[in-house]
Amino acid sequence: MIELAAMEREAHTIYEPLALDRRSRDLRRLVVRGLVGGGRGHLGSALSAIEILRVLYDDVMAHDPEIHNWDARDRFLLSKGHGCLAQYAILADHGYFSKAELDRFCRFDGILGGHPDAGKIPGVEASTGALGHGPSIGVGMAVAAKLRGAPHRIFVVTGDGEINEGSVWEAAMTASKHKLDNFTLIVDYNKLQSYQRTEIVQDLEPLTSKWESFGFAVRNVDGHDVEGLRRTFATLPFAKGRPNAVIAHTIKGRGVAHAEGDPAWHHKSNMSAAEIDGVLQAIGD
Amino acid sequence: MRKTCLDVVYELAKRDERVVFIGSDLGAGTLDQFRDEMPDRFFMEGVSEQNLIGMAAGLALEGFIPYVNTIATFITRRCYEQLAVDLCLHNLPVKLIANGGGLVYAPLGPTHLAIEDMAILRALPRMTVLAPCDKEEMARLMPQTLALGGPCYIRLAKGGDEIISDAAHGFTIGQAIMLRQPGKVLIVGTGITSTRAMHAAKELAEQGIECGVLHMHTVKPLDENAILSCLNDVDLLVTVEEHTLVGGLGSAVGELLVDKAPTSVGRLLRLGIPDSFADKYGTQDELLEYYGLQGPQIARRIRDVLNGAGEQVA
Repeated sequence: MIELAAMEREAHTIYEPLALDRRSRDLRRLVVRGLVGGGRGHLGSALSAIEILRVLYDDVMAHDPEIHNWDARDRFLLSKGHGCLAQYAILADHGYFSKAELDRFCRFDGILGGHPDAGKIPGVEASTGALGHGPSIGVGMAVAAKLRGAPHRIFVVTGDGEINEGSVWEAAMTASKHKLDNFTLIVDYNKLQSYQRTEIVQDLEPLTSKWESFGFAVRNVDGHDVEGLRRTFATLPFAKGRPNAVIAHTIKGRGVAHAEGDPAWHHKSNMSAAEIDGVLQAIGD
Repeated sequence: MRKTCLDVVYELAKRDERVVFIGSDLGAGTLDQFRDEMPDRFFMEGVSEQNLIGMAAGLALEGFIPYVNTIATFITRRCYEQLAVDLCLHNLPVKLIANGGGLVYAPLGPTHLAIEDMAILRALPRMTVLAPCDKEEMARLMPQTLALGGPCYIRLAKGGDEIISDAAHGFTIGQAIMLRQPGKVLIVGTGITSTRAMHAAKELAEQGIECGVLHMHTVKPLDENAILSCLNDVDLLVTVEEHTLVGGLGSAVGELLVDKAPTSVGRLLRLGIPDSFADKYGTQDELLEYYGLQGPQIARRIRDVLNGAGEQVA
């Protein structure tokens, strides 16, 4: 219990926002390119997840944009499918498809819809968008890897509002039962769901001990701290025989100061040219 | 029928390492031999239907062929979104084995009666919907599910059901079986209503009304030609289903006629469960009788229509 108390303290650390480096700003500009292309998008939800995806794709996961279905790849599921612009940005940046596809985001003949479609997009493992599906699909993939004796790992990113879904906790029980230490669930904990703050809509706390009690080995981390994320993922699996939970403390809309922490930026459409300019200026060069 | 079905799953798993079994919280002893001999591919994951389907999807995305088994109402209503998104959208070869289709769980009441399962499953693109009539047909059906590329739903009957199927008819998913050649009347049944249809046809024949029975074990995709090719010869087409009249076999046949044989629409009589929850308990047979779906009642309702004294034909 002492250990758990320490973890709860860690969970409530106030993370001072770090300055975003050039790569993080570049990826954010790609998100905005998609936003402009489609005339809409879940901007706040994408921006909170940028560093999580960046570190996974740049530093953690085995993957190959040339052979996107390479059998030994690590699997990634964006369970919070509405945050897809973050995944599209990192996939385009890694060369899974042309960045020009972002200009056709949500358009009739584009491949990049408002939620990721595995049937259309190289590098997307499963179509998501209905919340609470990714964890169970990931559990099935992790069980499959264990059955095959394959060493690849499964990473699932959920939103925080998303884990209101009971199916997430069903999956958590199964992950724990099967000792899936090849399974890592990352909560993009920006503490703001569509309507309002998570603590008002459906308080998730104490979140660390929730995951602990479901049998997960848990780490809390600043979800925008690239070095911190690298250090955290480098120690996977956190405990042999236990699934891993990373509670990534993030800021919704991170990188666009006037959008940060504002539920109005969860989803944006019909943005004026001036508003787009404002977003790009806020991101900076 | 359930035992036959699960026995085949065991046999398929013995010879194909891609086959896995996922149950919820099934009865003690279910597939013990499977569990003992192939423990790595046997999963009993608790009362968590959404998770069962998602997990099956994950396994199928990795090349496994999951057979998922629980009670019909729960494997349909409780996890409908997972069926639609995880299985159908991805077109994954996950097989849903649904215990207690229709009115089987009569004593347990409306929470356990799967009377709209075909309607909601039929509405999903890529889903195959199957309702065999007896355990011998089940034994012919199940091996074919292995090679089926997409998801399928297998509706189980009560068990101990009268054998009406015949190996001589063969079995192919998607191809209806003419159990009895059509006369003036053709009844289209599915699952155990084909049995009741046979009873009715026999009674009608004794009264001089020749009546055929087309067994539509695959409700989706519907064997359209099997129906359309008979239309010129019959005066009355009757559908009988252990299912609500909203969206099931009768609806499927009605849609077919409207789309491809509109002049025959007036010759369709749809028999099934009214658009309501059951307000009685008892047995499956008692409820079938309550809804007018036993052989003698089907025969009477057909006679009444032929005599111009019965219910309105569509």
